[in-house]
Parts: sequence; C-alpha cells; structure tokens
Amino acid sequence: MAPDIGYFSLFLASILTSNILLANFLGMCSFISISKDINSSNGLGMAVTLVLTITAGVNWAILQLLQSLGIVYLRFIVFIIVIAAVVQMLEMIIDRISPRLYMSLGIFLPLITVNCAILGVSLFMEIRNYSFLQSIVYGFGSGLGWWLAIMALAAIRKKTEKAPIPAGLQGAGITMITIGFMAMAFIGFSGMLQVQ
Amino acid sequence: MNPAFFIAPLAISAVSAVLAALISLTDKIVNNYGEVTININGGKKKLQVNGGAPLLFSLAETGIYVPSACGGRGSCGACTVKVKTDIGPHLPTETPYLTKEQIADDVRLSCQIKVKQDLDIEIPESLFNIRKFTGVVERIADLTHDIKEVYIKLEDGQEANFVAGQYGQFEVPPYAKIRERTQRAYSMSSAPSDKGHLEFLVRLVPGGIVTTYVHEHMKEGEKVNVVAPVGEFHVQDNDSTMICVAGGSGMAPFKSIFNDMIETGKIEERDVWYFFGARTTKDLFYMDWLKELDAKYDRFHFIAALSEPQSDEPWDGETGLITDVLGKYLESVIDQEKTKEGYLCGSPGMLDACMAVMRKHDMKEENIYFDKFA
Repeated sequence: MAPDIGYFSLFLASILTSNILLANFLGMCSFISISKDINSSNGLGMAVTLVLTITAGVNWAILQLLQSLGIVYLRFIVFIIVIAAVVQMLEMIIDRISPRLYMSLGIFLPLITVNCAILGVSLFMEIRNYSFLQSIVYGFGSGLGWWLAIMALAAIRKKTEKAPIPAGLQGAGITMITIGFMAMAFIGFSGMLQVQ
Repeated sequence: MNPAFFIAPLAISAVSAVLAALISLTDKIVNNYGEVTININGGKKKLQVNGGAPLLFSLAETGIYVPSACGGRGSCGACTVKVKTDIGPHLPTETPYLTKEQIADDVRLSCQIKVKQDLDIEIPESLFNIRKFTGVVERIADLTHDIKEVYIKLEDGQEANFVAGQYGQFEVPPYAKIRERTQRAYSMSSAPSDKGHLEFLVRLVPGGIVTTYVHEHMKEGEKVNVVAPVGEFHVQDNDSTMICVAGGSGMAPFKSIFNDMIETGKIEERDVWYFFGARTTKDLFYMDWLKELDAKYDRFHFIAALSEPQSDEPWDGETGLITDVLGKYLESVIDQEKTKEGYLCGSPGMLDACMAVMRKHDMKEENIYFDKFA
C-alpha cells in the first residue's frame, strides 16, 4: 500500500528533511567536483532534477511490471538500464528543442547516468511503496533538493575561495567540512516533517 | 525447472529491446535535420549534406578532409575550422584544445560540433587539395631492424600533388583486437615528381596500432588508403642556410626534400647541413645515398652521429647526442654570418632539444620549421 502522506508534505520533505544529498549522502562525487563552478552547478542541478522526475515515473511503471512477473530482485540492473536509456533520449530531445539548454548542460547530462542519487531515488520509491504520483513528486522534490544543495555549496565555495584556509585543508578538505556543516544545518529541518 | 530461469532473462531482454527501439526511434525523429548547406570560404564551395552528423564527418563525406590525427574522437585538437554562423558557445569538449584567441575568433573543433543548420565556415584553401587516395602496397623493405619502407602505387592513374615535406594520414584496416579503421600521420618520403606513388617510412612503436600492423600484418599487394597531402612543413623559398635535423624515421621528409632539390637543381644553390642521429650502426640507413650526395654536391653536408656506438662496430663518424653534435657544428663549423633556417623531424623530445640548441645559437624561433604529430 502507498504510504499515507500528502503530496505537498512529500514534496517539502524530499527537498528539506530528507534531502537526497545532505540527509542520504547520495550523488556526492559530482556534488563535490562540480560545485567548484556556480554556472556548472546550476546546469547540473537542472539536469538532475529533470532526469530524476522522469526516471522516477518510468521506473515506477517498470517496477509494477517486475512485481507482476515476480522478478523484483532484478530492479537494480533494470533501473540502471532505464536511466541510461532515458538520459540518452533526453539528450537527443533537448539537443533538438533547445540547443542553448543543451549547450549549458553540456557534458553533465550524460554524466548523470552514473549519478547514484538517480538510482537512489528509484530504490527509495520501491522501498517506501510510493504510488505513481507520489514517485513523481518525490523524484521532482529530490531533484530540487539536490539542486538547492549544490547551489548552496557552490556559493559557499565561491565565498571561501579567498578565505585564509590552512594549507592542509585547502580543496577537498574544507569542502568536506563545509558539507558536514550543511548537513547539520539541514538536520534542523528534521523536526518539521518525516517521511519513511 | 524454475520458470524464473526464463522469465528473468526474457524480461531484461524485452525491457532493453523496447528501450533500444525507443532510442533509435527518437534518434530518427529528433536527429533528422533534413538537408543543410555548408558554405565554405564565402561561397568558394557549397555542399549539400544531411544534417545531424559532426561537421568533420559531413565534410569528409563530400571529399574535404580536415586533418585529424585521432580520427574524430576529440583527443588531438587538430580538426579546427572557423565557423562564422552562430552555433552557440564552445563546448567543454572543445575548450581544452583551443587558445583564447581561437575561441574569440570562432574557431571550433569540427569533430565536436554537429551540423544542424546552414553553416558558413572557413578552412585553409590547401584543404581542397586533400583527398583520399587508394593504392596497392607495391613493396615493403626493411631499412633497419625497426624501420620499414612502404612504397604504395596509387590505383587507376590517381596523381598525388604534394610539396616535399608534407605528410599523409595512413589508414589501416581493423586487425586482431583493434576493431576500427585507424589513421596515423606519416611524412611522405617519395619525391613529389613521383606522382603515381607514395612512400612512407614506418618505425615500429611498441603497442602502436598502425606501426604494429605495418610491421607484422601488412603484405605486398594489399590495398591501402591514404588521406593526403597534409601539413605546412616544406622548404622556404630563399637562400639561407638549411640546418636539417632528423632521427630515426624522421628521415622521411628529408629524403623527399633532398630528391626534390636535386631534381630542381636547388641543391647546388644553397647550403644544406643534414644531421642524422641514431643510437648504433644498426639504426643507420640510406647511408650510401647520403654520403654520395655529400661527395657530389659541394654545398650539401651530411653528418651522422651515433649516441651509443658499440666497440665492435667500425664507426668513423661523429659520436654523442645529435643535439651536442649540432651545437658543436653551429659553434665552430657552419658559417656564422649567413642567416640560418632550422628544419626538424623526429620525436617531440628531440624537437624540443634541437629548438633549444638552435635558439642558443641565435637562430630565430620563427625560422625553425617542423610538423609535430606524435
């Protein structure tokens, strides 16, 4: 049975209290490497949101098929195939409809195929028994949450560029500490809503 | 038997098949840009091509070969083309290979940009001469233990018009574990007057795709493709002293250049110093021919140097690194007063080292010529 949770609560929860990055720590690699640059972060955030929303919906449908055939254990491999295919098609469609957007997303769109946040959302959707609409809301919200987090980190990194950071902590070191603080700050939201 | 044995693979195959069908369907619908026009050099040439493919391949289809050492994989940065139509900002896959000036000047990597609309582009006029030749390997000869001379007869009366010093993209078919046709650049060693043939010197590079093929698989009588002529390396038309330095198969362009100079008589009109570096006598070739030129022409001087001469081999020439020998001659043998030009062909390391020696002896960087294709 789908959990009894309103769409709006689910939406807010996926952005804030269960932020895919800062609460579940998924999609960290691109989060850390891309947040060096604020424009790229924006592009990647946009791409992640788009792909998350679509793959959550498609994978929900695929999951129903797997369940009816009794082969749910194949979900990992099937989800990955679906994600790769969706990204491929999206790439072609965006390229055609909006070359500008395609240019600004650039290399990030294909890279999303291997972003664990995308697979993570599909797997949470399955564990938590979301309905079709809930899955889409959750996917969209998680994407926005990821976008928000990477923009915040990119902004902070831009601010700390000129900060007097001890040599041993420069680069990845201070970034990890920053992310730690951000994660703690997001814990502050956890009293507001809970999704499980 | 458990039905899951069948259901699971069938389900995965079905899902993959449906997705693959969807992708190719999307590709058919979305990537259909219809016929577009590529306008080259302000109307000099107009091409009608089907849109959707990278510019490099669209041009190659119509017989215009923009030089590309990597074959369009975006890893060499050679296939630059100036695109005057606004097709959006430079891609992240292009910027690492372009200078700031090139980016400001709308120079693009033609293998990375797709033809989606009518384009206005500019390419060097010399590219119009570049074409794909088909030929038959007439002779493969061993010059040393690791250098082969490959002599190719062009088919059906094709004629190659090139300037001595230019190179060609030698193409080999898939073999062993190599799945794709592979192209690599080699200087032509035949004289430009020998229009019906192209000759290359190929040194075996351990692990090299094309060199291994030439050394271990290529047979006489086999068909090959060569995209030629490419490159800016050629003898400048003046009377300054030519300082030529080569190592190993870097001999190739100089064989072509000297033979061309002999035919045109230029070899008696200017001073030429040719330095050839090798490790041992086993790595030397064309010695008789070069010594004969040295004896026959007053103004042609040939100096070979061995860096690791073996005690059991007779050697009466120079010893030491070619750069040291070059430095010694520039210092005390070659006329200091005359202007000098450098012509180099060899490994990138050798090029850099020779440049340094030449600069040290007051030769101007803009007067040192080479084609770098490692």
